[in-house]
Amino acid sequence: MATNSESTCPMTRTGVIDTYFMEHRARLIDIAAFLDRLDRSAGDADDIRESSFRQAIQILSDGESQRAARILSLLSDHTTEMPQSAEGMKGASGAPVSLVDGGHA
Amino acid sequence: MRYIDPHIHMVSRTTDDYQRMAQAGCIAVTEPAFWAGFDRSSAQGFYDYFRQLTDYEPRRAAQFGIEHFTWLCINPKEADDPGFAREVVSLIPEFLDNHNVLGIGEIGLNKNTRNELIILEEQIALAEKHNQMVLVHTPHLEDKLKGTRIIMDALAASKIDPGRILVDHVEEHTVAEVLDRGFWAGMTLYPDTKVTPQRAVDIVEMYGSERIWMNSAGDWGCSDPLAVPKARLEMKRRGHSDELVDRVTLHNPQTFLSQSGRFQVEA
Repeated sequence: MATNSESTCPMTRTGVIDTYFMEHRARLIDIAAFLDRLDRSAGDADDIRESSFRQAIQILSDGESQRAARILSLLSDHTTEMPQSAEGMKGASGAPVSLVDGGHA
Repeated sequence: MRYIDPHIHMVSRTTDDYQRMAQAGCIAVTEPAFWAGFDRSSAQGFYDYFRQLTDYEPRRAAQFGIEHFTWLCINPKEADDPGFAREVVSLIPEFLDNHNVLGIGEIGLNKNTRNELIILEEQIALAEKHNQMVLVHTPHLEDKLKGTRIIMDALAASKIDPGRILVDHVEEHTVAEVLDRGFWAGMTLYPDTKVTPQRAVDIVEMYGSERIWMNSAGDWGCSDPLAVPKARLEMKRRGHSDELVDRVTLHNPQTFLSQSGRFQVEA
């Protein structure tokens, strides 16, 4: 696996910014607006998806590599138990219930 | 430009999609059996679905010069009732000799339950008994990491060569383990819940192009049957060579799929 110091992307740093900055600038503002929308909404702030989202944002600016993999791991179920049946739980929410208890990631 | 989309659910797509895919350079598709968005009420419903996959759909694809292959199974989302699932699995052997069947798939887990695992293990045994290749579905979102590991452990307990198994829907947190254990890895270009074309190209840049492919998994949900050619354009935009672009979207799928003597597509 490549590390951040290896140049595996054939574009220059300036080329990456030229190509992708506007797209990701828009996504960054979308995230900011999402958080503002949460602030303007009524109700408790105890949803696991919100708390995990805020934890994930911290990874973006921690200066370490492998941000995408680490955020995906943070948003993953790290338990080892297997329920017998999926009765009543066909879908996925995007964040593990275990984060409510302090998280495993 | 020629490419293979090795995982797409064409029964859910319109004939226009075949036309657009052909115009974009698609020469072959492989279609795993999957969940229709609702639970089927009888094994007979699956019997008709298998007929559609092995008889009707190849003829629809052929109108546009696209070769159509398929994988058969009961998918994990409908495999939580072992009795019902076993009824469906018992139907599969009579379809395995069909000209376009490549193997068993997409089998795996959905909510990582013991019931799902029982049926996964029985379908792995079916593949082993009939010397079939395997296409694996890994769970969504928070369930993916745990489920991928359980699935790989179940596969490792069989005698099937990992080189004849593709573990699909990998993302940045699962791709390394899948490749390290000798399996092929599939990246699914699917909005919101899987990877974008940009992230798929990032993964190729970080983990290499050996034993890895891209697919659209286009289905009845919000998805894009032209996702693979869009990923090809993304690679070219970054300056990757035509050889690398063709490797992950044409030659790698051809190499893996050709392990079934039925897949004879000239790349």
